[in-house]
Amino acid sequence: MRVLAAMSGGVDSAVTAARLVADGHEVSGVHLALSKNPQSYRSGARGCCSLEDSHDARRVADRLGIPFYVWDLSEDFRRDVVDDFLAEYAAGRTPNPCLRCNEAIKFAAVLDRGRALGFDAVATGHYARRVKGPQGWELHRAADPAKDQSYVLGVLTTAQLEHALFPLGDSLKSQVREEAAALGLGVAKKPDSHDICFIPDGDTAGYLTRHLGTRPGDVVDERGEVVGQHTGHHQFTIGQRRGLHLGVPSADGEPRYVLQIEPVHNRVTVGSRDRLAVDRIEGIRTTRLSTDHRGRWRGTAQVRAHGEAMPAWVELDDERLLVELDEPAAGIAPGQACVVHDGDRVVGSATISSARSTRSS
Amino acid sequence: MSPSAPEPGRVHGRSYLDHAANSPLRPVARSAWLEATEAVGNPSALHGSARAARRVLEDAREQLADDLGAHPTEVLFTSGGSEADSLAVVGGVRASGRERLVVSAVEHPAVLGARALWRSTEVVGADETARLDLDALTGALDDTVGLVSVQTVNNEVGTLQPTDLAAQSAHRVGARFHTDAVQALLWPGVDFAASPADLVSLSGHKVGAPVGVGVLLARRDAPLDPIGLGGRQERDVRSGTQSAALAAAMAAAVAELTANRDEELSRVRTLGARLRRIVLEIEGASLNGAGDGELAHPGIVSATFDGIRADDLLLLLDREGIDASVGSACRAGVHQPSEVVLACGGGHERAISTVRFSLGHSSSSVDLDPLATVLPAAVGQARASLGGRRTGRGGWNE
Repeated sequence: MRVLAAMSGGVDSAVTAARLVADGHEVSGVHLALSKNPQSYRSGARGCCSLEDSHDARRVADRLGIPFYVWDLSEDFRRDVVDDFLAEYAAGRTPNPCLRCNEAIKFAAVLDRGRALGFDAVATGHYARRVKGPQGWELHRAADPAKDQSYVLGVLTTAQLEHALFPLGDSLKSQVREEAAALGLGVAKKPDSHDICFIPDGDTAGYLTRHLGTRPGDVVDERGEVVGQHTGHHQFTIGQRRGLHLGVPSADGEPRYVLQIEPVHNRVTVGSRDRLAVDRIEGIRTTRLSTDHRGRWRGTAQVRAHGEAMPAWVELDDERLLVELDEPAAGIAPGQACVVHDGDRVVGSATISSARSTRSS
Repeated sequence: MSPSAPEPGRVHGRSYLDHAANSPLRPVARSAWLEATEAVGNPSALHGSARAARRVLEDAREQLADDLGAHPTEVLFTSGGSEADSLAVVGGVRASGRERLVVSAVEHPAVLGARALWRSTEVVGADETARLDLDALTGALDDTVGLVSVQTVNNEVGTLQPTDLAAQSAHRVGARFHTDAVQALLWPGVDFAASPADLVSLSGHKVGAPVGVGVLLARRDAPLDPIGLGGRQERDVRSGTQSAALAAAMAAAVAELTANRDEELSRVRTLGARLRRIVLEIEGASLNGAGDGELAHPGIVSATFDGIRADDLLLLLDREGIDASVGSACRAGVHQPSEVVLACGGGHERAISTVRFSLGHSSSSVDLDPLATVLPAAVGQARASLGGRRTGRGGWNE
């Protein structure tokens, strides 16, 4: 096959490309330039797409003897990922930009362009398995439970999955590093990337303030009593505990968490941890990777990248998702993606539109 | 030295159409280089080994002076064309005692980059063929201008510039004139004695010498301030231990080019004409710069294909074993829209849809045969990749 390997400059995508070459595919590497003004150097484990990363990716491609290109997708990335991220926070929701990037950039803009240029598939260094099932390609969790990334790929469509390759899905991260070292690739010991790539200092609240400005408002408790002030509801996320700067202590002396964000009134409601618990999740903007799952079925729901797989009853169709969790869970916010699995298999995803408790407290 | 004629043909089994970026090493340059690397001395020292190295260096200087119509004193070795440009432009305006620097809008970044280093740098525009606007240049000149820099041949689109007239304008106000002639050694050629220029930049690797050596031709009375620190080995202005071996290699390359110019130029003319036909047979293709006119470098063909991303076409050609480029600057591996095409009023779409093919001493028809076969389908596929948003000529020059 003629394969386009997305190469970030990290060890995972380096080994991905190396394995494809070893398997006899005709491989070209592509590094995605996602910022108009990339940083020159990496700072610790944060961020990506610096000039150093692009150099590292090129170096691996040269070592493997494959063509290498840099595609400037900064406009697409700004429009489909960064602007979306800001708009979601402005609307009081909690988006996951990595999912959006997979959905709109890697397996859309890049895949479309690659297909048009004669490539059969796009390969990435994600830890997930693509398995041939009776109805077609299925997406499964990775063999390495600590690295499983099926959540951030849960938004893919069947058509996208058909032209995707994840050569690392059966491997442990430690094996991947050893393989890179054995191949003499300089990125073998490079630290993993964490956090949001376009917020390299990790200060999401500061980033949001810089881009969305400040808008002072009240922090209230569940009775509506003002217990503090904030400088913009967009700096908060449901379940957040730190950085609330509350002036009035809670009656019971227990820590308080963000329970609700009301963008129109610019109001943030806080309360005790037990009030965060929800057991009913509804979602919109669904994607489906299975035609077998109809009606109500037993599965698991996951709402963040390395979050727990929560046992639940699930209903997913082309319009909406309904999840009834067996056990209440905390910190589930509108805007987050909920990915539903049947065992290891990804069945589909949705954007959470509401999360609430059906139990009287 | 017995110049063995370069063997025209494909380089490493690929169609190499990027001579304006780097020309394959000429065998004579390679031999001269390797032979001279045997010398161990530092040409600036006084012992016997140093004398041997110095002899190689000065032989090279005299050979180059001969071939370029210069006096050996006027030949300064540098690390390449960019350093020669930087030294001429920044060192020249600094030494002039005057305030202003005037350059054309279509200069190489090694000249245009002076905007960041010299506060009063003025950029004079060019017409749609990338040829300097002489009236605008004359209008910009007065006795506060210390140096004027206008390239001889544009590196991206191949347009010949009116350097003689520009030099006269500069001299009328007492300014010095520099020209970047890096792309001009094959055509129209460099004859320093006949040129009104005070400073001329040349690069070795564009004509088959190794990368790492260039020359600044500088009149004895052209003042230059150093731009780098050190022992000022070259004419008391350029610092760094001289590389006798690289100098010898450049001299050998230029000597062969000079001896074979008629043959090389006529071959490049014939191939350049065929290359232009291959391009223009494609619907929605057009040439930049002076097209196929007499002001166009015969071996530099800048082509715009409506409705493509240059990156996509280059990828498809690369896959077929054809080496071409955009010709403009890269930032972090991302091709930037051609400043030259933008300066000619081409607009953003044109600037990102432009590919440069360039020919040189090793080019032959076997380089073009695959291009003739592959280009139509590759352009079609590149258009499909962009979604076939636009076809035909309309709407691109808004």
